[in-house]
Formats: sequence, C-alpha cells, structure tokens
Amino acid sequence: MPNDKVANPIRAAIVGSGNIGTDLMYKMHRNPKFEVVLVAGIDPKSEGLARARKLGIPTSTNGSDAVFETDNVDVVFEATSAAIHRANAPRYAEAGIFAVDLTPAKVGVCIVPSVNLDEMKDANNVNLISCAAQATTPMVHAVARVTGVNYGEIVATVASKSIGPGTRDNIEEFTHTTGSALADIGGADKGKSLIIVNPAEPPILMRNTVYAVTGADVDMDAIRKSVNEMVAEVQKYVPGYRLILDPILRDDHVMIGVEVEGAGDFLPSYAGNLDIINAAAVAVAELHFEQAAA
Amino acid sequence: MADINFVDVTLRDGNHTYRHQFTPEIISTTAAALDAAGIDIIEVGHGDGIGGSTVHVGRAPATDLELIKAATKVVKKARVGYLLIPGFGVFSDMEDVAEAGATVARIACHATEADTTRQHIRKAKDLGMFTVGYLISVGMTDAADLAEQAAKLESYGADYVNLAESQGHLVPTEVAERVNAVRNAINIPIGFHPHNNLGLANGNILAAIESGATYIDGSLKGFGGGAGNAQTEATIAALKRAGHNVKADLDGILDAAQMFTDQVSPHPMPVIDNNSIIMGFANVYGGYVHPVNVASKKYNIDPRVLIRRLGERKIVAGQEDAIEQEASAISSEMISKAS
Repeated sequence: MPNDKVANPIRAAIVGSGNIGTDLMYKMHRNPKFEVVLVAGIDPKSEGLARARKLGIPTSTNGSDAVFETDNVDVVFEATSAAIHRANAPRYAEAGIFAVDLTPAKVGVCIVPSVNLDEMKDANNVNLISCAAQATTPMVHAVARVTGVNYGEIVATVASKSIGPGTRDNIEEFTHTTGSALADIGGADKGKSLIIVNPAEPPILMRNTVYAVTGADVDMDAIRKSVNEMVAEVQKYVPGYRLILDPILRDDHVMIGVEVEGAGDFLPSYAGNLDIINAAAVAVAELHFEQAAA
Repeated sequence: MADINFVDVTLRDGNHTYRHQFTPEIISTTAAALDAAGIDIIEVGHGDGIGGSTVHVGRAPATDLELIKAATKVVKKARVGYLLIPGFGVFSDMEDVAEAGATVARIACHATEADTTRQHIRKAKDLGMFTVGYLISVGMTDAADLAEQAAKLESYGADYVNLAESQGHLVPTEVAERVNAVRNAINIPIGFHPHNNLGLANGNILAAIESGATYIDGSLKGFGGGAGNAQTEATIAALKRAGHNVKADLDGILDAAQMFTDQVSPHPMPVIDNNSIIMGFANVYGGYVHPVNVASKKYNIDPRVLIRRLGERKIVAGQEDAIEQEASAISSEMISKAS
C-alpha cells in the first residue's frame, strides 16, 4: 500500500478483473482515501489479476465469493455483468457493504454525478448505468434545463479494444439502461441510445454525439451557456471530457459532440469510456462515506 | 452446380438510397411482386434495421412493426426477414416483429465484432426465427479474422453466416479467399451480399458461389447503398446462365423490378457514379452515399476528398456523425489555407 493513504482508509473490493475493474484498481490505488483490499476475478490467467498482484493487492479467482472471504470490506465495486450483480446485490446488502455497480443491472439508484448526485441519499447500492450514459446524460440535461426535450438520442462510438467481453455480452442491457437514463436523469421525455464499436488502428477516442429534439424555436445562446457549464462540471472528475462539436441547431434538434480522453491508467488514453464510468464510481463512493461520516 | 437461396434486400438496404422513407404501401406492393416471382427471403425495414429509425441515421415514416406487417400481410410463400444491429435494436423490437409474422432474423455487426451479437442471436433463436449471423464490411478485415468471427456466430446458434461486402471494394479473388476461409471454419451455410461500386457485384457473387456460398443477397434495380447491391433481376439471370438452381422466375422478377421502379418514381436508380467509385476504391461504407452528398454540399467541399478521408479514418457503419465532423474539418482546413 502506498504511504500516502489517510489513516483508516475506506476498504474497497473490486469484483471483475476486466478492462473496467483493472482501470478502477489503478484509480483507487492512487486515491489516498481508499485501500484496495481485494481484486477478484474468475480467470487465473487474467491480466488484471496479474497487475493487482504486482501492486501488492490481494487477489482471488473466487469471483464475488471472495468479498465475503475478506475482512471488513466497506465498499464493493462490481465490474462483472448485469446478471451477476443482480445475484450478488442482496448478499452485499445483507453484509452491510456499500455496493457501487458498474454493470447495467440497475438494482440500485442510478447516478450521474454531475446531474443527480443528491439522489444518492442513504442508498446502499448505486448504479453507474454505462459509460455512454455517464458521457451523454449531462449533455441532454444541459439542454433540458433550458428548454423541453421531447426526445434525447445519443450515439456512443468506442474503440473495439476498449470494450471487453462483459460489455459485449451485455449490449442489450447497455442499450436499455443508457436510453432510459437520458429520460429518467437527463430530463428528456423519451430516450434512445446507439452504440457503435470501431476497430480502427490506432484506436479512436471515445466519441459521443447527442441529439436533443427540442423544436426549432430555442434560445441557442442559453443552451450553449448551459452546455459549457455542464462540461466544466464533468471535467471536475473527468479531466479528459471535452466538447468537439459546439451545440448546433439542425431543423428540430440540437446536436452536440463530446469526446472523452482517458487518463491512460490501464488501457491507453483512447479508452475514455473506462475513465468516465470509473471516475463516477470513485466520486459516488467518496460522497457516500463523507455522508456516513457527517 | 449449386442450389441458391435468394434473399432480396430492396426493401431494407434500398432504404439507404431512399433516405429511409419507404412507406408501408411501397413495401406491400413490392413484397407481393417479389413473392410472386419466387424469392426465398424478403428483407424489410429501415436501412439500419430494426430500431434504426433515429435522428442519427434518419427517421422512418412508419414504425418497424408497420413496415414488417406491410410485407407479411401480402406475402404467401416467401419468408419475411429483418436486420437487427445489437446496439440499435432491442429484444422488445424483436418480439414485436415476430408477432407481426417475421420469421428470419439477420443479426448484424461490424465484421470484427461478432461477440456483440450473442445475446440477440440467442433471442432470435428463442423466438423461433431462422437466424443469420451477419458480418458487415467484410472487406475491412482479412480472411483469417473472418473465419474466427464466423465460428463465433456459429457457436451462438446462427443458422447461416452472411458476409456483407458493404463497400463494393473487393475483387473476385479476394471474395473467394474470404469465403474459402469461412467455409473451412464452419459447418453451417454461407451467404454473400455484394455492392456494385466497382461493377463487380455479380462477378463477386459467382466467385462466392464457387467457394461455397449458397445464400445470395440482391435488390431490385440494385436499389441499395453506394452504387447499389447486386441487381436481383440481373443476378437471377446470371445465376441461371451459370447453371445454378434458383427458384425465382426471370419474367416474374423483371415484373417486380418494373413495379418497384414505378413505386419510387421519379427517384433515380443507383448508378456507378464518381462518388461511388471512390467509395468502393477507398473502402468506405456504401450506406453513406446520401450523407456524404449532403455534407459535401453543406460545407462546399469536394466529396472525393471527404470520401478518401473517411476511408483513411476507417469509419464503420453507423458513424453518420463522423461524416459531418470530417466535412466540417476539411472545410476549416481549406479556409485556413486560403487565408
């Protein structure tokens, strides 16, 4: 454990040693408020587990069972699959472990930190929806807080190398949960999400296009101001988040483009999709324990 | 000589050319004529398949359900099918169109991403569909990779694997190499879907059949992305000449082609124009023919420059937003050079 940790750091377990879990491990490891006490996977040959061992972090191939074999876990980060988290959630709750769910299982309250962090309250299970929802819901919300959005649609284009087998095998849940976040959290009347996987080399940065159907009669200056403020808000926890297409009005809708450059913790900087959901996970966990301490 | 199942995609791929504006009336009339001609499978829907009606690629004038029903209510012998790209369409869409009488599900993804289709192939099988694993843009990867991807589709339960050469980029030797590699990797049938950007659609089909393909895609008048698909009526004539068995009747399919032309008149039929040749040459997705034209005009740039740039960026199907972004970037570069 690095020496710069606070006294009595929060004891964190990460379940899932794929792209998301491994990137999260690096972020938590350098965060002084947390001590990573477990990285659990199921594949002994997993690169994520090997990297955890290299950092001196205890590992297990018992999957989520390992959480209950580890003493005093305060928070578990689940980066497995929707079905696995649905099965595990009651066990974590029973053991009094705060669960941050990075799968599209949607067991707990869905949070996009820049938009609805206050809705966490005393939840014991928080869902981070999807990387695409984390990247795009703030933009839909930025438009919706200025003018009504009848329909929000987003297209997330991600590098093939940045999405692992878990995400690929949960694409149905990913599509649903992202689309409903645009409505439930973003404030659109209806939402739909599209995901495109691009295998180009060198890999592309995560790119998101947002279409907010507003009608043609909108105050674009107010929308631009709101969008810029929201971008600054997201940048507080995801520095690589930036506008690549300023809001433009096309017929009946506003189009916005955002790109996410990752911090390069596990995969190189193209994998901004990992950063945006993991940075949200850290923000949510920090707030939970601040509230608990207050 | 091979027994060929003919899949007509006019009413789905052709929607790219028609800006996704096919009405239930166009679908009913054309599907009835295709059915009467003896086509085996009639694919219907938005150009990007079920769930494709979006701001991003174009909003359709009717729901997926209405479009499918427009075909199933008139078709007597043929099977009515749909395309679905996971990440666009969802399970509930599949349940709806199954209810409406669709019996063939082609579950599609970019050629290198077969493992994004497992959930939806399983779902289609559970719904009792004749289920096809459909690889888009097979000219963007090599034969060995395609063989691996096809094996995954087979392992998920696909009834056949369709290889879509969505760019019209490959020449017959390259098609044969890919179909052969897939043939050696799987035990289920292989289908082939060409585009005609370099005038090679029918030649590529004959090469694919020589290498073992038995399901062939085409569209009436070649109405589809880029310079169009293989022209169903010409393909059927060519297959008969080559001695292959196709159920479709030549005069019947010629009638269908005329009927379809009347339906969409005065819309022009696809031709191998300069832009589509560059798209084929630069390996750019044929479905982008319309957005490329719109963006080139809007930003006042040479479409050939835009197409080549899209090819260099290796953009895949579904990246309509990247076209606008690239066109805008080219326009800015030209302005900064000029000043």
